[in-house]
Amino acid sequence: MSTSTADVVVTGLGATTPLGGDVASTWEALLAGRSGVSRITEDWVKDFPAQLVARLAVDPAEQIDRVRARRLDRSQQVAVIAAEEAWRDAAGANAGVDPERIAVVFGTGIGGALTLLGQDDVLEQKGPKRVSPHTIPMLMPNGPAAAVGLAVGARAGVHAPVSACASGAEAVRWGLDLLRFDRADMVLVGGTEACVHPLPMAGFAAMRAMSTRNDEPSRASRPFDKGRDGFVLAEGAAALVLERADAAKARGAKVYARLAGAGATADGYDLVAPHPEGAGGARAMAAAIKDAGLTAADIGHVNAHATSTPMGDTAEATAIRRTIGDHPLVTATKSQTGHLLGAAGALESVFTILALRDQIVPATANLDDPDDHAAVQELDIVRTEPRRASFSAALNDSFGFGGHNLALVFTTV
Amino acid sequence: MSSTAEIQTGVAEILEEVAGVAPADVSPEKSFTDDLDVDSLSMVEIATAVEDKFGVAIPDDELGNIKTVGDAISYIEKNQG
Repeated sequence: MSTSTADVVVTGLGATTPLGGDVASTWEALLAGRSGVSRITEDWVKDFPAQLVARLAVDPAEQIDRVRARRLDRSQQVAVIAAEEAWRDAAGANAGVDPERIAVVFGTGIGGALTLLGQDDVLEQKGPKRVSPHTIPMLMPNGPAAAVGLAVGARAGVHAPVSACASGAEAVRWGLDLLRFDRADMVLVGGTEACVHPLPMAGFAAMRAMSTRNDEPSRASRPFDKGRDGFVLAEGAAALVLERADAAKARGAKVYARLAGAGATADGYDLVAPHPEGAGGARAMAAAIKDAGLTAADIGHVNAHATSTPMGDTAEATAIRRTIGDHPLVTATKSQTGHLLGAAGALESVFTILALRDQIVPATANLDDPDDHAAVQELDIVRTEPRRASFSAALNDSFGFGGHNLALVFTTV
Repeated sequence: MSSTAEIQTGVAEILEEVAGVAPADVSPEKSFTDDLDVDSLSMVEIATAVEDKFGVAIPDDELGNIKTVGDAISYIEKNQG
């Protein structure tokens, strides 16, 4: 790969997820095949059709100061935890970058739902004077980006893409653009979500989008499997530090991978239903591969969006097969993490990068009986155990309600 | 009715809970914003907590006059009961 000023690389990673409180423990648990899914035991859930959730492996209270935490919504707490890990990993504080050249792009799908709903309870029970003065900054969807921006002193701009379950990937793409357009020298990007509460659970369940395999938590999220019946709601955050390759090299930074290209499209088809053949997703994948200066044959691995819904998985399989072919090793890591909504695209970017680094593709858990759909049958979906392979380019898909499609291409350096 | 010392202790507890201020740093001459680094939103939280703990009402125009820990103690002493 040639290096130019437009080459963008990843120099830091961070995450707190249902599989672990940091990147290393999450990646280890993923490769070990562990599940982050459990059954909710609180009383409120007893009348709910879907009772499963993938909660954080490590309580944010263990990772963030109490006084700081009480002014941050849970979605902001986990954003800050993941972002600070990535920033430390990249040695961002010692990089000598002018704060006016540091930007943050951090997305969320739902925003500060726990604060909104919790303060609504306060309003109903105690009246308007008891509503917290921190309510608005805690519930606004740009709150996680703003909190991360403050944490690292970013002054080149703080941005908050909101595109449902594509938000995390959208943030990565915006970061790439900021660096290509020379609007910043270092960009901390990521996604966050923490909305485990009866209302979002009831809303997703009413859409018939969630798995009701309540008696088998670890087997409920089963992308591409014939028996899949919906996603499992998860919480967490992931972050990446991006910078131009020449700057990273000049400061002697550790480089994980190159963020070679991105593609974004809109379905223009339905507000929430996926196009049956994944047309918009296919166009995003093709755009990302072209943007990376590659061809479909170069893509050795795909981290699929695959949430375990009946329609979404087959649509994506069709799009992958038509756009890239049958050769890439496909995995669906939501089978173990559950669906982190606005954090998913960022977390799966982390997984894609680590797969490139370690030359190993994590297995898709619970894929016991692949769907009869031709595209699912013909794709090489890694299952049972992780597979070692040699590949230099990998693609991460993310799609969101609203018809948002993102594809990101990472390569080895 | 709480004594002055009890009020100061109560205010210190609120400051620790809301803003992470060490109780040892709390004394009557300390300014909330300049010395104890309490921001404006946290000041609103502190006022609400004081209202609940001491049974006093702090209207917004009075809150603006409470600059120091001593101001808060005097206000509570005058208005409690």
